[in-house]
This record gives sequence, structure tokens and C-alpha cells, in this order.
Amino acid sequence: MSSPPPSFDEMLQGPDQVRDPYSVYYDWFSHDDLRRLQRKSREAEAFFRRIGITFNVYGQQEADERLIPFDIVPRIISAREWSRLERGIEQRVRAINAFLHDIYHRQEILRAGRIPQHVIAGNEAFTPQMIGVTPPGRVYTHISGVDLVRTGEDDFFVLEDNVRTPSGVSYMLENRETMLQMFPELFTRLKVRPVSAYPQLLRRSLSDCAPEESPNRKPVVAVLTPGIHNSAYFEHAFLADQMGAELVESHDLRIVDGHVAMRTTQGYQPIDVIYRRVDDAYLDPLTFNPESLLGVPGIMDVYRAGRITIANAPGTGIADDKALYSYMPDIIEFYTGERAILQNVPTWRCSEEESLAYVLAHLNELVVKEVHGSGGYGMLVGPAASKKELARFEAKLRAKPANYIAQPTLALSTVPILTKSGLAPRHVDLRPYVLVSPNRIEITPGGLTRVALKKGSLVVNSSQGGGTKDTWVLGD
Amino acid sequence: MMLGKTAGGLFWMCRYLERAESVARLVEAGWHMALTQSASADSNEWESILITAGILDAYKQKYDTFATANVVNFMLRDRDNVSSVMSNIELARQNARMVRTALSSEVWEATNEAWMTLREILARPVTDRNLHDTLATIRLNSSVVRGALHGTMLRNDIFAFARLGTFIERADNTARILDVKYYVLLPSAAFVGTSMDNAQWEVILRSVSAERSYRWVTAGDSSAKGIAEFLILDARMPRSVAFCISKVRQYLGHLAEEYGTRLPSHDLADQLDARIRNTDIEAVFQTGLHEFLGEFISDNIRLANHIERDFRFYG
Repeated sequence: MSSPPPSFDEMLQGPDQVRDPYSVYYDWFSHDDLRRLQRKSREAEAFFRRIGITFNVYGQQEADERLIPFDIVPRIISAREWSRLERGIEQRVRAINAFLHDIYHRQEILRAGRIPQHVIAGNEAFTPQMIGVTPPGRVYTHISGVDLVRTGEDDFFVLEDNVRTPSGVSYMLENRETMLQMFPELFTRLKVRPVSAYPQLLRRSLSDCAPEESPNRKPVVAVLTPGIHNSAYFEHAFLADQMGAELVESHDLRIVDGHVAMRTTQGYQPIDVIYRRVDDAYLDPLTFNPESLLGVPGIMDVYRAGRITIANAPGTGIADDKALYSYMPDIIEFYTGERAILQNVPTWRCSEEESLAYVLAHLNELVVKEVHGSGGYGMLVGPAASKKELARFEAKLRAKPANYIAQPTLALSTVPILTKSGLAPRHVDLRPYVLVSPNRIEITPGGLTRVALKKGSLVVNSSQGGGTKDTWVLGD
Repeated sequence: MMLGKTAGGLFWMCRYLERAESVARLVEAGWHMALTQSASADSNEWESILITAGILDAYKQKYDTFATANVVNFMLRDRDNVSSVMSNIELARQNARMVRTALSSEVWEATNEAWMTLREILARPVTDRNLHDTLATIRLNSSVVRGALHGTMLRNDIFAFARLGTFIERADNTARILDVKYYVLLPSAAFVGTSMDNAQWEVILRSVSAERSYRWVTAGDSSAKGIAEFLILDARMPRSVAFCISKVRQYLGHLAEEYGTRLPSHDLADQLDARIRNTDIEAVFQTGLHEFLGEFISDNIRLANHIERDFRFYG
């Protein structure tokens, strides 16, 4: 088995060799009392429990509501680093929206041969119901959460674009709130760019995407949740609350006089924008999934008539499908005429015979992902896998090669967490949140840093034992 | 503008909170009786307390006798008992989660903390040694939620639906407590003035936390009629039927004003309130205490159903 390559630590380049963005923090940390910090860390947990920032774990009935562990050491990004990320993200999101419009209209990119037909035609994420439909304001991905990883001083990669219903933004906001309460002195020493405006920006961004004609004087916005048993329910309630929007379930909605309307104590009230946190399949049983008891029958007719905004638009999943991921550099070039600022991780498409042969020969070095999987499920991390797991995956790959892609195991950067014995490096990723409206693209400085709490682990997903950190983007 | 579902969630959140308190109070009254009576006399008392809480059948499916430890644990913490304090707190919190956007963060956090605290202390069997502390914790936690509700919520339709839930539930609880015991309150009861009687009166008053206020109002002069009058008709007593129904009418009035429409539930509440206000205890006994209470309980249920329909709780 190959040993993992050495990782880039974002705080320490060697003993007491502190990278610039961390110098003020490290100085403060070194002069503080470790026991006090550990106590603070426990306080943070009690705080999270009290306000109820919990999530439900799929397939674990016993552990009804769990807390995502929070680490009190911030992840710090310099102004220079951030401005480059920002440009890269903006470019990517612009390209994705252009791609989505194209793929559901003229399909120029297929005609130009930049993406093979079969990648789209045979793809479940491609949504024929969206062909010829233009969403209000021509925005497809109102909210996205781009997953980034870092491997070196200047090496950032996009791992996933997350343009369906990315979650986690409530943790970004609550993590900052917690840090402000626990360590106010740090915020006087360092200029950290605020994130707290996110809910207001989201509200404005969604309102700007509302249909032009509406029975309401001001756009009425509602957050559509599957309900209190959903793993991200806390976040749905939190965002509705912070935006001053209604939190609805599909049975609160019906079509009245050609509009989507919600049942209020005084009758049905039309709404203009639905920020849905349900999958496409649960939007409209008439259009997508006749078996579904969830959803609002007829909502897609209203959508096609341009009388409701659905954020994100149905069918965006084609853009972050893993089978399409490897074409992203082409997509960016095709629609923006520029080279991609952020790198893509080299990817082997197992549907291609040569690639499959390579992947099978190097399974213990690679990360293999299911094309339609998410949340770290159905994934193989070669260097960390047992012989049995490798054998199991080899069988899976041979049976259905088109279901998988493979990537090199990236040496994800580390940021220290606070442990019983002090600081210890752990692997991280970063999910910045991006808002798109017809007139602007808004990227909240920072985002959610997820951290693999187990030593050496590369899996940062909260469903698999990952935690989070506050993310600081420094001002100029 | 408020979702019908949200109105329903607020209404039920407060009903469950009130019910949790009421069940805890019944346990307290029964426990006090069990402590002050001989061992053989107390079993009867627990039976009537289980009837009052509406859970006698459920209890009997699990236990053959009315041993204090079994009843107490069944009423406080048994998850098979949908009316146990823990089940009610669980349901209250579930509704609070559902309507979280309508609650101040103080109310949500108080409710969530009550749930966390009680889940922890009610995870283990309640014994003689810790029953007192357990009941005190339940009382304290529900007081904190109530305090947050009063201190931090805007007085709009949100508050009105929450309060409607509280008072519909409380009116029901008080009426049921009296109805299960109506025979000890009849002026003709044979054992008037016996110590058995006094103990029974004590249980009733304790079940609604009124033992002190009643003594204060009557200057220590207890009588069956006096207790019935106090708990049904005295509008100063915050758990009396008269007080609760006047509050229901008041908050429905707020809604009529805020929404600019009167609905069937308004008329029903007005009628019910007028009936209680325009009667006296002599007339109640003439109708028959049991009949009077039975009629009130079903009218109160009818009113709750109308509120649910009028404000589109469920569709």
C-alpha cells in the first residue's frame, strides 16, 4: 500500500513557522491557557444543543438528533487567496448557468462536440421536462455551494459544484455567532469579513428572481421543507426565520387561480418564490413522480407559465452530475471564452475502457465515487480501504463501470483542531455559498469549513464523523 | 399572514405543555394523598387520578395493581403512555420545532431545554427519594417556557393561537378533575364533614394548585359547594372554568379584530362564556354538577374543533 503523500498545513509550515494569515491568531493562541480553551470548546457544544442545531442521521433511528462537532480553531484565508477563489467561483457559476440554459434549449455545446451526446442523453439527471422552459430571470442555480479542496500554497481544486440543494449554510452562520460570543477579543485584533448578511442577501437575491407579474405587491417567498424529520430541518427553519419567509411543506400548498398558494389562517395566499429544499422528484407528482405523496400537483404547469420561481430550478442536477464533472473545464471555456481559474481534479471515467483498466490496476491509490451518490456514501478511499473493501469495489466496478468515476487521492490540506493535548492537524475542505440573481453574483466571504476529526481521515462529511470550523476571510 | 399549519402547531404546542403540567400536578396530588393516607386507602385514589388523566385503560393493560411507584412512573415517564409528562413534552417540542419561525428564540430555547432536561431526568425510574425534585424540575421548566412566552412574544395572532391552546386545554383539565370527583362535592353526599371528605377536597384543590388560594379566598372555611363554586365560577382563579373560557373568548376577539372577520367559533365562545357568567352555583347544582360539567366538556371540544376549522389548521 502506498503511504499518503505529505499534506500542506495551512497554519504551520514547521515548528513555530506560522503562515502569514495565521500569525495573529497563533500568537493569541500560544499566550492563552489551553484548559480555558478546552472549557470554551465544551461550552460551544452546550450552546449548539440549546439552540437546537442538530441534524438527523439517515439510517440511524436510535441517534435521533445529533450535533455536528464544532472545532474552535478557525480556518483563516488571506484577502489575496480569497479574491482569487472568488473570481474562480464566479466564473464557474456563470458558466454553469449558461450551460443549463443551453442544455435545455439549443444544446450548442453538444452540436459543437465538446460533450458527447451520450453523457447527456443517457443521464438520469437530465430533466426532459425542462426542455424549452426558461426560469424567471434566466437564473438556474440561485444558490450553490462549491466544494473546494486545497493541496498547496496556490493549489485549489473544485471537488463538486453542488447546484441542487446545498446545505450547511446555517452552520456557517452559527459557527461565526458562536466564535463572536466566545472570543470577542480575537475579532478586535483581526479584521474578519462578516458573513451575517447572508440571509438578507438570500432574501434579496430570491426576490430579484421573482416572476415579473404577481398578485402580490412585494414578492412573497417561502421555504419548502420535507418536514421536521428531514436531516436538515433545522437549517430550513433557520433560513426561513432569518429571511422572514414562510416555512411550508407541500401539503400547505396548492394551485389556486393559476398561482401557487399557501394555506393561511385567512385562506389561500399566492406566493412568488419557492426556495425548495426537496429534490426534483418531490416537486410535482403530476410531472415527476406519480407515486409521490409529497409535492404540489400542478406546480410545474405554473412554473412553465412563468408564474412561480423555483430555486434552484428543476433539472440543475445535470450540471453537478459526476459523469459531467470531468467536462467542466470545457464547459467553462465554451461559455466564457476563458480558461478555468480553479482546477478540476483529474478524473477517470470508468465508462471508458482504458480508464477502467487503469482504475482497476490502481484501485488502492484512487478515490472511486458513485456517479449519482452524495454525502460520502458509496465512495471508496483506496489508500484507506481494507483488502475486502477493495475486492468488493472491484466487483462493483466490473459490473457497472459507467456508474463510477475515479480520482487521485488528493493530499487535502490540514488545519489544526483543538484536542486534549493541544493542536493537531486534520484534513479540511471548504464550501463557499454563492447566490445568483439576474443582476449580480454574490459570494459570502468564507463559507463552511468541514474537517475530518479522525486523524488521517480524508472524509469530512458530517454524516461520517466530520466536524466544522468557522472560516475567516481576512480584510485587506 | 400566517400558515394554518403554524396556527395549529402553536395551538397544540401549548395544549401539550399545559397537559404536561396538569399530569404532573395530578401526580403531585395523588402522591400527597398516598403519603397522608394509610397504605390501603391510597390505591383507590390512584385509580381515580388515572381516570381523570384519561389513561386508566392504558394503565390496566400494563399493571394489575395501583402501586404508587407504577402509577407515578407510568404518568411521568412511560413512553407507551401518550399522556405521560415525557410524551407531552416530546409532542410540545415537536410542535415547537414545526412552528419555530413563529416563536421567539427565547421560547424555542426554553422549550428545547425543558425537553433536554426532562429527557435526562426521566430516563431513569422515579423513586420516593427523587419524586419531589422531579416534580419541582417539571414545574420550573414549564414556568420558564411560560415566562418566555409572556416576556418575549409579540401580541399578535401567533400569541393568540398559543393562548387559545393553553386555555382550551386548561378548561378541559379543570372540568375533568371536578367531574371525576363530582360526588364528593355534592351537598347531599353522606360523608360530608368527615376526614375522608377533607382529604378528597384537598386532592381536588391540589390538582389545580389551588389549595392556598382557596383558603385565602374563603378564610379557611371549606365547603363542597364553596370548592365547586371557586373552581367553576370564580373568574379570579386562573384555572377556573370561568377564567379559561373568558380568556378563550378574549383571544378569539383579538383574532376577529386582527383579521377583520367573525367566524362560527366566535359565536360559540361568546355563548359558552355567557352561560358560565350568567349562572350561579345553586343553578349548577340544580342542573346536576355531573351533567353541567359533562355538557361543558363537550361544548369545549366542539369549540376547539371549530377553531381548527375556522383557521384552517389542517386544510
